[in-house]
Amino acid sequence: MAVRVPILQQNRRLIASIQEDLSDQEILDLQSRLLDMVVTKGVTGVIIDVSAVDVLDSFSSRTLSEIAGGVYLRGAKLVLVGIQPEVAMALVLLGLTLKDVETALDLDRGMALLDRSGA
Amino acid sequence: MKMAGGVPDIQLRRITTDSDIVAARKLGRNIAESLGFSRPDQALVATAISELARNIVNYAGKGEIQIAVIQDTKGAGILVRASDQGPGIKDLSKAMQDGFSTGNSLGLGLPGTKRIMDEFDISSQPGEGVLVVAAMWCKP
Repeated sequence: MAVRVPILQQNRRLIASIQEDLSDQEILDLQSRLLDMVVTKGVTGVIIDVSAVDVLDSFSSRTLSEIAGGVYLRGAKLVLVGIQPEVAMALVLLGLTLKDVETALDLDRGMALLDRSGA
Repeated sequence: MKMAGGVPDIQLRRITTDSDIVAARKLGRNIAESLGFSRPDQALVATAISELARNIVNYAGKGEIQIAVIQDTKGAGILVRASDQGPGIKDLSKAMQDGFSTGNSLGLGLPGTKRIMDEFDISSQPGEGVLVVAAMWCKP
C-alpha cells in the first residue's frame, strides 16, 4: 500500500514528517501535494522532517532539492530538518551534499530558521 | 542451507519497479543489522543497494539483486551482486567517473557505490547487461 506522508499546517507553515522509507512514487506524491498546498494555502515556510529516515539515495535527495527549488519559486522557503548522522555520511560519500537546500538539526531549529528569515 | 546470524546465506530479489528498490535496501539493512554492522555501515550498505537497484530499474528495466552473507578470516560481510540483461555499458571507465550519466540520474550511482563499499567490481558487455559485485565487511 502506498505511503501518504501527512502534511500538517500551522498558520502559514507546512510540516511534513517522513516516517517511513518512501518509494520514488511516494516521494513524488509528497512533492506535488506540498507544491500545491504552498499556493492554495498561502504558505510562507515549509519544513520536511527526515529524522526517521534511514536511507536517502540519489533519487530521494535530488527530489528533496527539487521540492526546495519549487517551494522557493512559489515564494516560500523550505528547511530540511533531522538528517541522521549516518544518512549524512552516506550522502557525502555519494557526492550529494544538498548544497541548495537549507538544513537544520531538528524541528525547533528549523522553525527558528524560518522565524529569522520571516517565512 | 547454512545460516549465519539468523539469516539465510543468500537472498534474492527481482528488481523491476521502484518499490522493489525499497524492498532490496530494507533487506540489505536487515541483514547488515543482524550481522552486527554499525548503524552508519547499515545505512551505507542500504544506500549502495538502493543505487545498484536504481541503475537496474533506470537502465535495464529488470534484473536481480542477490545479497549474501560472506565469511573470511577478517569476519563477516555482506556481498551484493546486481545483475541485469539490459543494454550494458559501452564505456565502463567513463561510467565510473563522477558526474557521468546517460539516463535519468545524477550519474553518481556507480562511483558513489564504489566509494561506499569495501570491495567493488563491475563488468559489462554492450548488449549483454551489467554485473556489479560489491562487498562490505563488518568492522569490529
